[in-house]
Amino acid sequence: MFDVLMKIFGKSEKKSGEIAKERLKLVLIQDRASVSPEVMDKLKNEILNVILKYMDVNKSGVEITLANDSDSVALVANIPVESVHHSPK
Amino acid sequence: MCEIIVITSGKGGVGKTTTTANIGVGLAIRGNRVALIDTDTGLRNLDLLLGLENRIMYDLVDVTSGRVPYKKALVRHKKYETLYLLPTSQIRDKSSVNPEQLISLCEEMKKEFEYIIIDCPAGIEQGFKTAIAAADQAIVVTMPEISAVRDADKIIGELGRADKQNIKLIVNRMRYQMSEKGDMLGIEDINEILSIECIGIVPDDEAVITSTNKGDPVINMEKSIAGQAYRNIVGRICGESIPFLKPPKEGFFSKLKRLFGVL
Ligand SMILES: Nc1ncnc2c1ncn2[C@@H]1O[C@H](COP(=O)(O)OP(=O)(O)OP(=O)(O)O)[C@@H](O)[C@H]1O
Ligand SMILES: [Mg+2]
Repeated sequence: MFDVLMKIFGKSEKKSGEIAKERLKLVLIQDRASVSPEVMDKLKNEILNVILKYMDVNKSGVEITLANDSDSVALVANIPVESVHHSPK
Repeated sequence: MCEIIVITSGKGGVGKTTTTANIGVGLAIRGNRVALIDTDTGLRNLDLLLGLENRIMYDLVDVTSGRVPYKKALVRHKKYETLYLLPTSQIRDKSSVNPEQLISLCEEMKKEFEYIIIDCPAGIEQGFKTAIAAADQAIVVTMPEISAVRDADKIIGELGRADKQNIKLIVNRMRYQMSEKGDMLGIEDINEILSIECIGIVPDDEAVITSTNKGDPVINMEKSIAGQAYRNIVGRICGESIPFLKPPKEGFFSKLKRLFGVL
């Protein structure tokens, strides 16, 4: 009975279709990035070129990855800085 | 001019073969000369859906290996006289046909047909690569279900990497009542996620199964909603602009029953 009342008064939990959509969006971020490492490499190089205008970094220590949480994906960059320029190059 | 269309999906069992059979019959009814090529090596099914299983003499491997010319292996449909099937081989070796062989076969067949439709096996291995090699258009079939959409996305990526520009989507086995309740991915969700042009939504329909039982595709069943959906898809493939079917309205009693949790 309680269930029926809940349905009638529409006190709703998240619908499973919506959960499916959210999960799908997250998993596809990883899927798409992992099948094309070239894209991630290109991204890494472009980011580096921008950063190099402002500071010197240890290029071989650069790591750019996608990190998963249960409800989000983040682009995580670890870029060891060696020195910062006085003004942008 | 011949159009070569591959029907693919990634995930198995979502309706590639059903789609191939229906589009093939639909295009043939409109008077086009159509060849269907079954490339699902080892798992021959398209013949059954078309009621042609007793008339097969030679298969795709006989043709690609040079044992017989393709015309000898083609099975002509008796009811749809401009429809032909090139059946797949029942041997186990999935890699028995390679992309180059299919490309040169289609190159030859092009002269005789307006449409060549290729039924692709599930998966993204060699069989998939062979099936898509000759195609200039791809139709990706998916279902409103999380793993089918994920696999469709994968396939769309693979098609892009194989330089296939013309990719369309069909959403099969749609259950409007469930998606309206929010219990299933909706068409908008799928379109937003996959972002390729959708040329058809085929409802989940028992008539698909009964027509398969009889070996005559559902597109020929006047009253079936899946049949209507396929007729619309064929019209869109032929370049007509046809509005999408409205979801069937849920009756009052079934709504009431659902509300009280009976259904
Ligand atoms: N719209 C529909 N409504 C109801 N049943 C359907 C519908 N479409 C397909 N089916 C059923 O789903 C099953 C799988 O369909 P089909 O063989 O066409 O899929 P497939 O993608 O070719 O599978 P495979 O990957 O094994 O080749 C069949 O039993 C078919 O009758
Ligand atoms: Mg099949």
